[in-house]
Amino acid sequence: MNRGLPDLSVERSPLSLVEMIYSTPIREVMTGDPIAVRRSETMRAAQELMREKSISGLPVAEDGRLYGIVSIHDLILTIQSDQLDQPVERHMTDHVVTLEEAMPLSMAIAYFGKYPFGRFPVLDARQRLAGILTVRDINVTLIDRLMRDVTRYESMLESEPLPGLAFTRVFHARRHDFEQGGKASTALKRHLSDHRVRRELIKRVAIAAYELEMNQVVHSIGGTLSFDVSPERVGILAQDRGPGIADMDLAMTEGYTTADDWIKSLGFGAGLGLPNVKRVADEFYLHSELGIGTTVKAVIRLDTGKENGA
Amino acid sequence: MKASDVATLDGVETVQPDYENRDILAGYASDLLSDVMAHAPEGCLLITIQAHGNTVSVASLAGAAGVMICNRRPIPDDMIAAARAERLPLFRTARNQFEMSCLLGGLLSARE
Repeated sequence: MNRGLPDLSVERSPLSLVEMIYSTPIREVMTGDPIAVRRSETMRAAQELMREKSISGLPVAEDGRLYGIVSIHDLILTIQSDQLDQPVERHMTDHVVTLEEAMPLSMAIAYFGKYPFGRFPVLDARQRLAGILTVRDINVTLIDRLMRDVTRYESMLESEPLPGLAFTRVFHARRHDFEQGGKASTALKRHLSDHRVRRELIKRVAIAAYELEMNQVVHSIGGTLSFDVSPERVGILAQDRGPGIADMDLAMTEGYTTADDWIKSLGFGAGLGLPNVKRVADEFYLHSELGIGTTVKAVIRLDTGKENGA
Repeated sequence: MKASDVATLDGVETVQPDYENRDILAGYASDLLSDVMAHAPEGCLLITIQAHGNTVSVASLAGAAGVMICNRRPIPDDMIAAARAERLPLFRTARNQFEMSCLLGGLLSARE
């Protein structure tokens, strides 16, 4: 019974595998620098070499030119007829089916399906022996690629947040303290990643927290940023001591900013801050009084919220 | 390509070598940090002239795999320290953002 390789046709296979087998050249999968025997060596020498190196097919080559291959089957026939001391040339399989190293792996898989052989010699562009390709080589490559892909997919799968997700913390922001700016958001992001909150949710929380934090650093005379995390939601409350927003509609308009040139030269003040927060938040509340201060509350739901937005 | 492959490019200097060697999946060229925050794709190399600590915060929050400072801008120590704390690779080049983007784009599409 020849079970061969599974059907890896384009229609029936996962895209990542199809891409892999069509874009990977045989060169990257084969075993290079193959061990070979010369035509004049004895079958006994070939047998010794195959046993010593645990290989089941030995190419017969001289100066890179391939003449044939000695398989286990050839060896058994030679032993049965007691002709082990005869030269390899008389017992090898000639008319060998070969692959070329620049061909895609898909071609090799097709060959393994089409022919009953366990290995193919691989030739380079100058038709010289460059390597040997076995089903084992293909398996190793496929498993290695699958491991990487599955690891990536697993990390994307929804996983239950870990216990200990609940978290309350207050950070203080000082005017133009750019060195500390971003520390609070980073701490919040790290807490959420440590507790395996989904990445797209973390991204939305990070956007809201960072924009509110930098708003306080850039625009306010100082304030506090409070985080309140429960398994259901992340609440971010930004309260500052002034100066307050003169025109709330303008403040919510993308591209409008009151930042000066120095702030802009640092990459802030694009007029995207509050609109960004509103876009990613499930609940958004803004209140401001000139001379008193500004309060912004943004909630990102961890159970059922916006599915897009980040 | 990996972050370490970026480090080997001609004319690229590694300013902060203690980093997590992630895959570079894309590039994002911008000097507006709110824009980076909102639109930079996960795993990108951030190509920018904003050489200060907040760029590291933004890159890290946005999930960037590395930061490339263009036009050989001077990089303050606090930025290097912040990148080290986040284990984020920090590179510098004399190229401008357009030239660096073209180079990275070519490399990314060649490997597809």
